[in-house]
Amino acid sequence: MKKIEILGMGCAKCSKLAEVTEAAAKALGEEYIMEKVTDIKKIMEYGVMVTPALVVNGKVRVAGKVPGIDELKELLI
Amino acid sequence: MGKCCGREVKLLYACSGAADVGEISDRVVRKLRTQGFGAMTCLAAVGAGFSGFVASAKGADKNITIDGCSVACAKKTLENLGVTPTAYVLTEMGLTKGQTPVTEEVINEVTNAILKGPCCSTTAGVPTSCACGGSC
Repeated sequence: MKKIEILGMGCAKCSKLAEVTEAAAKALGEEYIMEKVTDIKKIMEYGVMVTPALVVNGKVRVAGKVPGIDELKELLI
Repeated sequence: MGKCCGREVKLLYACSGAADVGEISDRVVRKLRTQGFGAMTCLAAVGAGFSGFVASAKGADKNITIDGCSVACAKKTLENLGVTPTAYVLTEMGLTKGQTPVTEEVINEVTNAILKGPCCSTTAGVPTSCACGGSC
């Protein structure tokens, strides 16, 4: 099972990233758990300087933008 | 941390090299951060490949590197990721490697040159600011 984390302070782009990521994961038929991380200290622990960011199994895959669903599918694989 | 959601995210990197100009690059970036010019982040972490730092460099609106000398480690570290930074090299701004005292005066001078604006910006073809000593 994949662990997906959405890093961000709850802005509109953060919500959008969560929404599109969820759609991508479902389209791939992935089993996953998703967590929204809004704690700045936890975000900083990842070294992320720009949000929103997507973390898959502990690795930051993208930061500072909301990729399209096709790109997200690749990032989730 | 940088900003998000509609505001420009500008990340600052210093080479922080061993020479006097490397130390000045570090002090200048810290000063720029204090003055709100951008968010300082760790070049070493980017070089080490930590995913959060790498993704942040790729996702920032602007990356600014300040290298002490023309070896340009900071600039090249980002270029290795496919990121093209706005690059300043202190020896191209008139400082001499191995012969520049690390003083507040020098740090302020370099900081102010960078704050003046993008290197060699022009208005109607006429240079209005330059931080590279005319080399670009």
